[in-house]
Amino acid sequence: MRPGAGAVLVLTLFAGLAAAGFARAQDAAPQTCEVPSHLLSTESTLPKVAEAVKNARPLTVLVVGSRSSTILSSENSAYPAKLQAALKEKLPSTPINLSVELQTGKSAEEVDANLVKLVEAKRPTLVIWQTGTVDAMRSVDPDDFRGAVEEGVAALQNAGSDVVLVNLQYSPRTETMISAPPYLDNMRVVAQQHNVPLFDRFAIMRHWNDAGDFDLFSTFHGTDMAKRVHACLGRALSKFVLDAARLDQAQQN
Amino acid sequence: MSSIADPVAGTSRSDAKAAAAAPAIALPVAGERELRLDLFRGMALWLIFIDHLPANILTWFTIRNYGFSDATEIFIFISGYTAAFVYGRAMLEAGFVVATARIMRRVWQIYVAHVFLFTIFLAEISYVATRFENPLYSEEMGIMDFLKQPDVTIVQALLLRFRPVNMDVLPLYIVLMLFLPVILWLMKWRADVALALSVLLYALTWHFDWYLTAYPSGFWIFNPFCWQLLFVFGAWCALGGAARMSRILSSPVTMWICIAYLLAAFFVTLTWHIPQLSFLMPKRIEQWMYPITKTDLDVLRFAHFLALAALTVRFLPKDWSGLKSPWLRPLILCGQHSLEIFCLGIFLAFAGHFVLAEVGGGALTHALVSLAGILIMWGVAWVISWYKHSADKGASKTKIAGGNADMAGGSA
Repeated sequence: MRPGAGAVLVLTLFAGLAAAGFARAQDAAPQTCEVPSHLLSTESTLPKVAEAVKNARPLTVLVVGSRSSTILSSENSAYPAKLQAALKEKLPSTPINLSVELQTGKSAEEVDANLVKLVEAKRPTLVIWQTGTVDAMRSVDPDDFRGAVEEGVAALQNAGSDVVLVNLQYSPRTETMISAPPYLDNMRVVAQQHNVPLFDRFAIMRHWNDAGDFDLFSTFHGTDMAKRVHACLGRALSKFVLDAARLDQAQQN
Repeated sequence: MSSIADPVAGTSRSDAKAAAAAPAIALPVAGERELRLDLFRGMALWLIFIDHLPANILTWFTIRNYGFSDATEIFIFISGYTAAFVYGRAMLEAGFVVATARIMRRVWQIYVAHVFLFTIFLAEISYVATRFENPLYSEEMGIMDFLKQPDVTIVQALLLRFRPVNMDVLPLYIVLMLFLPVILWLMKWRADVALALSVLLYALTWHFDWYLTAYPSGFWIFNPFCWQLLFVFGAWCALGGAARMSRILSSPVTMWICIAYLLAAFFVTLTWHIPQLSFLMPKRIEQWMYPITKTDLDVLRFAHFLALAALTVRFLPKDWSGLKSPWLRPLILCGQHSLEIFCLGIFLAFAGHFVLAEVGGGALTHALVSLAGILIMWGVAWVISWYKHSADKGASKTKIAGGNADMAGGSA
């Protein structure tokens, strides 16, 4: 072989990539954690939420999630609390009652068993169900996972609540150890089939990482970054909920 | 979807009658190495490597972004093709026992390679586990808990039941190779019966939902009962099937069906990348089509691979002069030493993740890591081939006799 020719090929490729890389680095946005609009809009709706707000009834929100729905020892900075704050700000005339039920270390199927109990106790207008992480870590059969999410969503809807699904975090550090795609796909399928809005936390966080808002590879040990990410997630989730309830325009007018 | 697979199966049967007088399998003439196989296997290895790294600019060059199937299909098909080519010849010339013995030696090599990779993986994640405590990911870090019981985990890994992410292809390959003697023996008797049995197994697996369990829960990411179809189909093509299909492959009807299917698949994948387009997808088709499972080698994926392969064979003739060009040399070289380069690719993907995690960095670093990995793969492939031709004992001798088998793809 002629190594010279190969080297030229490689160098050309390299130069092209370097140019592309610099171009990207330059237009990287400042730390605003903006979310592309397609990640915050959904075809599915939240009729119960819309009705409650329009009739000025209190909005009861229940967040059911695993450990990634909180920040250890600073719950008030986690995304559910930020969501509540943002909703209060945007819906000043509606009382917002938000509670969080952590189901640490439980798979979707195990959470199913508790869902009905939780909903009966609190009678929420909206249940935000964050799931998938535990199942992915245990590599539960994706078909079983889909079945469990379907069952849970159906139970919540039967109990009279609107549902928003929240999928896994984008976690580049554990990408070699946890296989997220099958669980992301199956949640998308369930959301589509049951007409449930899916808050694509994974895609949003990956967008922030790519755009340079957050360096999610960081080994930084403090809670500072976790707090900032959760603040951004809470704000994005509030926009998403209002969009799904088709309330955003109404409020602005 | 099955429109492409059907004519293939259909005519093979009628052609079989015509060829009944001839021996059941026809081996291609020995001699010229089929460089197209090396080229595409090398490409598959590069793509698998890139797909295993975090997404970056190079990821947009991988075929999984443009259709249903990805590099794994290419890799398994070509592996079946070359394995049948090499060991099929051994079976004809030296008999069942000798061929089986050689195959088992190969299986052992692949197993050892897998265990070696697992060791490296253990080292990497033990390191990460102790260094990385970002509170944002305290939940995900729970995945390291398996380190707390190495007694179980390591034994399960040796049994091929515990496979960390990205380490699923070699176990699949080991199982497929284990059954290669039986497959070849069947092929020698009646090639089409072997292929038909393979299709039957695929269909039954879909019907009865067969799978192999994994540790600590779940199942094999690549279901061998399904993926064997590609492997056996590759073997069938190598043992004369491809030649018998040549009339179908050269027909313009086939070509247009393939193009139409590839375009449709491209459009569907486009709706994944640009969700704004998804309103164009009829809900009914979505519900029928999704999920397109990789685990069970969805028919849509298989058909996509067939369409790609058919067009490739049509537009890239065996004697295309480009195959000898130095520009494609790095790819071909990697394809010629696929087991080594495959393992290296998996290792480099681990290492790349690690570097990115430690150094951090933006799009440029990501692309650089991918590119560096590819350069290393090329360099190592070059060194291996140098060993084979110049440094090894008896390198000059094997060029004539045994070397041919090894070259034509004895290596994975």
